[in-house]
Parts: sequence; C-alpha cells; structure tokens
Amino acid sequence: MSGKPLHFELDKENLTVTMERSFDAPLDDVWAAWTQAEILDQWWGPSPCRAETKEMNFTEGGRWLYAMVIPGVGKKWDSKTFLKIEPKSSFTYRSAFCDENGDVAPETKSSVWVNSFVEKNGVTTVTNVIRNDSLERLEMMLKMGFKEGYTAGLNQLEELLARSR
Amino acid sequence: MRRDIFQAIADPTRRGIVMLLALHAMTPNAMAEHFETSRQAVSKHIQILMECGLVEPKPVGREIQYHLRASKMREIEKWMEEFKAVMATRFTQLDDVLTQMKKRKA
Repeated sequence: MSGKPLHFELDKENLTVTMERSFDAPLDDVWAAWTQAEILDQWWGPSPCRAETKEMNFTEGGRWLYAMVIPGVGKKWDSKTFLKIEPKSSFTYRSAFCDENGDVAPETKSSVWVNSFVEKNGVTTVTNVIRNDSLERLEMMLKMGFKEGYTAGLNQLEELLARSR
Repeated sequence: MRRDIFQAIADPTRRGIVMLLALHAMTPNAMAEHFETSRQAVSKHIQILMECGLVEPKPVGREIQYHLRASKMREIEKWMEEFKAVMATRFTQLDDVLTQMKKRKA
C-alpha cells in the first residue's frame, strides 16, 4: 500500500512550516511510534540512515538524545527537549544538533516542533508545526533589507535613489 | 573557514551592505559613504560577504564593483525541499512500522 500524501506548507508570515500526514492506524499506535525510543529507532532515520537512541526521557523537561547513523559518514547527534506534553493529544519539543553528551553548542540553530495527533475512524492525522531559526533569520534579512531595521538605512536609501536617478 | 549565509547578516553593517547591493552593484568607496565607517572596514565586511558567497566582484574599468548573488537567497528554498523529502521518507517508513504493529496485535 502506498503512503498517504504529505501536506507541506511554508508560512512566511508566521515563519513556520506546517506538515500534515494521516496514518492508517489507531491513535495509541501512532502516539507510541512518536514517543517510544524503540519504535522511533525503526523509522526516524530516513533510509539509508538510521536513528540510534542513547537516552529517552519522555517527560516535560526531559529529552530524546539519539545519533543519526549515516553510512560512510558516521554519527550526527541530535536532541529533542520536551517542553510540553498533553498525553495522546500533542507534545512540543526543541530540536537542536548537539554532541554525544547532548550538549548544544552556543549559537546553534534550533527549531521548535508542535506535534498534534487526532484519530478519526481508525485513521490518525499528525500535524507538525515547526518554527525554525533559519526561517527567522531569513525573515530578518528580508526585513532589514527592504522594510526597516538598519538604523539610518531608509534615509540613506532615499538619498541613494535620488542620486542614482 | 566555511561561512554560511546567516553569518553574512549577523552584523548590522553587513545587513546594510546587502541592502544597498540589493539596489545595484557598487564600489567599496561608494558604499563607505553610506556608513559611518572607513573604506577599510567596509572592505573587510565585503570580504566576509564574499566568503559567504553572497556577493561577487565585477571589474568595471579601473574599479571593482560588488553585486549581490540572488541565487544565494534561494538556499532556504533548497533546504525546504530537502527537508520535505526527508520527512516523506520517514513517514513512509512509519507506515510500515504501524502495519507491523497492527499485525502483531491481530
């Protein structure tokens, strides 16, 4: 059976990516697959990579620390720190690359994922709303360049335009 | 050291330079007029922007003009495409895992 379609949307206003995907399975199973290390290890690594959990503490303030094992390259460590959990309904984590001890270097880009789960007639829909630092920085750049930001920028811009006419 | 596009815009003067170059190509002297800083300081910022691949030099007569490489701005879109592909692969794998879970229960 081929998979259901993945809805994927970039919202430039709110700087978020929203994904929506349905799975032909009950909520209990889908929730378990997203929150239990032994199941996550079976699917989170996009083939040919695989995820290898080092530590999982699915509680608010706890984290999932795992390595993405990339063939021929090695391990890339990643951590998801759980910020909020509403059992069988939604959970939020901050995702950041880290070292094998789970330490995140300062200035590391991170993203916050809000993952929601709804079951209807045996089909469970998962919605991920992802707010990414990279998008934030892009937006800042566009704003700085074309809207506001750089202190004397607009005045200088006017002068420049006047002069180049 | 390899730099990325985000380092390019970490500094307010560099953001200003990017803003000016978005309008049209300029020489460092012309740019320095727009900032309360020396030509040398502007050149240093341009150097960083070049290392990020965001600006490119173009000789015009005896001077060098710098212009913005718009393709670099499309990096985010590329990142999005890759991310979408990774997630699609994961979800197909999750379909298989869920099917196995169901079979085990049956």
